[in-house]
Amino acid sequence: MDSVLHYDIVIVGGGAAGLRAAIAVAEADPQLRVALVSKVYPMRSHTVSAEGGAAAVARADDSLEAHAYDTVKGSDFLGDQPVIQYFVERAPEELVRLEHWGCPWSRNDDGTVATRAFGGMTTKRTWFATDKVGFHILHTLFQTSLRYERIERLDEHFVTKLLVQDGRCGGVAALDIRSGETRAVLGRAVILATGGGGRAWPFTTNGAIKTGDGMALAYRAGLALKDMEFVQYHPTGLPGTGILITEAARGEGGHLKNAEGERFLITRDYGVGQKAELGPRDMISRAITQEIAAGRGVSLPGKTGEFAHLDLRHLGAAKIDSRLPFVRELARTYIGVDPVHEPIPVRPVLHYMMGGVDTDIDGATQIAGLYAAGETACVSLNGANRLGSNSLTECLVFGARSGAHSAAHVREADAPPEAALVESARAAEAELEALRGRQGGGETVAQLRDAMTRAMEEGTGVYREQAGMRRAAAQIAELGGRFAQLRLQDGSRVFNTEITAALELRNLLDVAAAVTVAAAERRESRGAHACSDYPERNDGEYLHHSLVRLGDSGPVFDKKPVELGIWEPEERKY
Amino acid sequence: MAEHTKIIAVTRFDPERDDAPRSQEYEVPVQEDWKVLEALNYIKDHLDPTLSHRWSCRMAVCGSCGMNVNGEPKLTCREPLSNYGERVEVAPLANFPVVRDLVVELEGFLEKLGALKPWIMLAKQRAPEEGATRQSPAELADFKQFSMCINCMLCYAACPVVANEPDFLGPAALATAHRYNLDSRDEGAAQRAEIMRGEGGVFSCSYANECAEVCPKNVDPAGAIQQAKLANVLSWARSFVVRRRAAS
Ligand SMILES: Cc1cc2nc3c(=O)[nH]c(=O)nc-3n(C[C@H](O)[C@H](O)[C@H](O)COP(=O)(O)OP(=O)(O)OC[C@H]3O[C@@H](n4cnc5c(N)ncnc54)[C@H](O)[C@@H]3O)c2cc1C
Ligand code: SF4
Ligand code: FES
Repeated sequence: MDSVLHYDIVIVGGGAAGLRAAIAVAEADPQLRVALVSKVYPMRSHTVSAEGGAAAVARADDSLEAHAYDTVKGSDFLGDQPVIQYFVERAPEELVRLEHWGCPWSRNDDGTVATRAFGGMTTKRTWFATDKVGFHILHTLFQTSLRYERIERLDEHFVTKLLVQDGRCGGVAALDIRSGETRAVLGRAVILATGGGGRAWPFTTNGAIKTGDGMALAYRAGLALKDMEFVQYHPTGLPGTGILITEAARGEGGHLKNAEGERFLITRDYGVGQKAELGPRDMISRAITQEIAAGRGVSLPGKTGEFAHLDLRHLGAAKIDSRLPFVRELARTYIGVDPVHEPIPVRPVLHYMMGGVDTDIDGATQIAGLYAAGETACVSLNGANRLGSNSLTECLVFGARSGAHSAAHVREADAPPEAALVESARAAEAELEALRGRQGGGETVAQLRDAMTRAMEEGTGVYREQAGMRRAAAQIAELGGRFAQLRLQDGSRVFNTEITAALELRNLLDVAAAVTVAAAERRESRGAHACSDYPERNDGEYLHHSLVRLGDSGPVFDKKPVELGIWEPEERKY
Repeated sequence: MAEHTKIIAVTRFDPERDDAPRSQEYEVPVQEDWKVLEALNYIKDHLDPTLSHRWSCRMAVCGSCGMNVNGEPKLTCREPLSNYGERVEVAPLANFPVVRDLVVELEGFLEKLGALKPWIMLAKQRAPEEGATRQSPAELADFKQFSMCINCMLCYAACPVVANEPDFLGPAALATAHRYNLDSRDEGAAQRAEIMRGEGGVFSCSYANECAEVCPKNVDPAGAIQQAKLANVLSWARSFVVRRRAAS
């Protein structure tokens, strides 16, 4: 162990959730010392890539109840209604705070904040800053965090383990990527805000760093991962790269068309009704998949697979440039299409994980002092399908709440014995040393990673079936075993990105195990989990959350009830 | 998609093994529509896992992947390989200490950014209950362009002043400070003034305009610095007049 560092609270992750939590701690108690640990500089976090907007009631013709109901229905009744209620109540305040901190929200002529339409939302309640909302939110939070001296950053530090003793979390073990030094970063509370794990799939909107680290850390510490089978396919990813074209393109009036130029969401029944292009993501991704299966997909020279067309031409150059300039830039740069003149080819792409570390409404987990917030957590806001633009707001609302609660927690809690924590960090260090440049006989990181992403794509796509999910679960278990033979070549300590890639792969394999095991246990179709062999929702048997824990011989499945409230489950039809 | 090979010549440096940077050539089967970053990722995954470079979003917004390509600072995830010939040189961004291979040290920039207080400063903090501040589209447009910086550091690699004067706060940090000064919601300009016009501040800029030319996000840091110079001269002159009046 190269150093042992002492703080009051350790926050892992510098995206929207982690930064918001850090500011909440600083505001709750300016005396508390916060370590903000992140494997990349905070402004590189993948929050930066969010394009479309953040939801909160803002207009006179809207109501908290409407936002709550839309979210419940969007979740296919698997969201916990008390959580949803709290979320919609706090959402406006959080977006106002960002406004006060300087976020350049787009404006109406009278100077009020502008809102746009988004999928599954009954009215315009998505706040936006053109189509670079995540970028502006992230830089606003990051720059605002710089004013607090007690938020101390450990940039480019990779967390490898949670330090847990006697059922209490007392810090994390981390690798300083730049120096190769190892550190025990101790604190009486830890908040995981490490984002999602879209990189378990080959075709994703997620950046390279989204490797499910926090979920895997919690899982290996014995905690349950909740609702992991629910992963969101966004309808509109660019061919080849999977780069996202935001839903705001449809919110501003864009149309989806098949090869025959037909607006299939209107001409055929895909369950989205009058909402058409503004239906929820799960349904639209299925519609595109079916159009392609029916032979009405668009093919592109040099690209595998088939696509739908996202047509923005009728919006005109002026609207595209004022509302969707980034969409235009991305389409031109990454697929050579100018949406002012041509439709953009798109197809469903793995985007977001509804599941994550099981937490209560305070962000607290079953380990005392350990919290989770943002995409890495599952507080049960999103249930079986997240509505677009709820997630950035989720990071703010629950980042703030877990920050405030952890600040209260450390006022009471004392630290687990330091010697035991450092001992646990030493074990993590030894594992790391064994991995560095290891001349195992097996595959490289890239080879094993490719095998994993292939298995996940085959088993857990837009449509799934029992045999495929079971096969994927078995494959992932087998690949997990092969990790022990991984062959590494880089023996250096300084900025060794082969070893961090190996650690990320191990995390993804854990996440993939939980996803496939939970998926195979749900023999119904609900939200994003669409089974061809069980096409109906089955509330009698499956109105529950899935839990997957790591047992002595692999993943163990369990479940817990959904918290309903005002709304009883009904058919989800738009 | 048609495939052919290119030679990617990468500057390698591992402080634990090398005394000085060296160039290493890789023969990479590239596709027509690849960006420079995709060739580096191919090397990392298929030819040499010891290569170190930063990247994440691969959509030109996280700012991680800036490098010098054939001597020019570029965002490698958006720079088409087809812009180059059969041999492409990839080196770490100029004007920064190198950590390893293509990875440069950013600590200096982060200190400079923090020193410029890039946050909204008000005599009295607004409370959330007050609701959102009004800001007209015109007021937003005053600073919006300068808020688009992704901290990719291409401008520092291009700037002749940064090359000679390491303490120069530099294009991106100064543009960000100016962005807050211009924001109708901010009252912090006076508190940023001392550092902005002090040593290494806006008056170090020789207006070479290289930063604006290389910026992949059209931030125009040179323009921001020119505006800031003017604003600082005016406010300095005003304070001088006020002081003279007070003295007389
Ligand atoms: C392309 C795209 C567009 C999107 N658009 C929208 C939108 O318009 N509206 C919306 O509401 N949502 C959108 N989303 C979803 C939303 O952006 C994300 O869910 C959200 O930003 C996640 O934020 P986070 O803070 O949880 O995690 P992230 O922003 O991913 O941050 C994770 C942090 O954890 C750190 N970290 C991870 N692992 C480790 C480790 N082992 N050690 C140390 N640090 C670690 C990382 O360095 C990073 O700082 C979009 C998502 C994508 C991919
Ligand atoms: S001003 Fe432009 S070149 Fe400089 S860091 Fe910002 S985005 Fe990059
Ligand atoms: S990888 Fe994010 S800007 Fe290039």
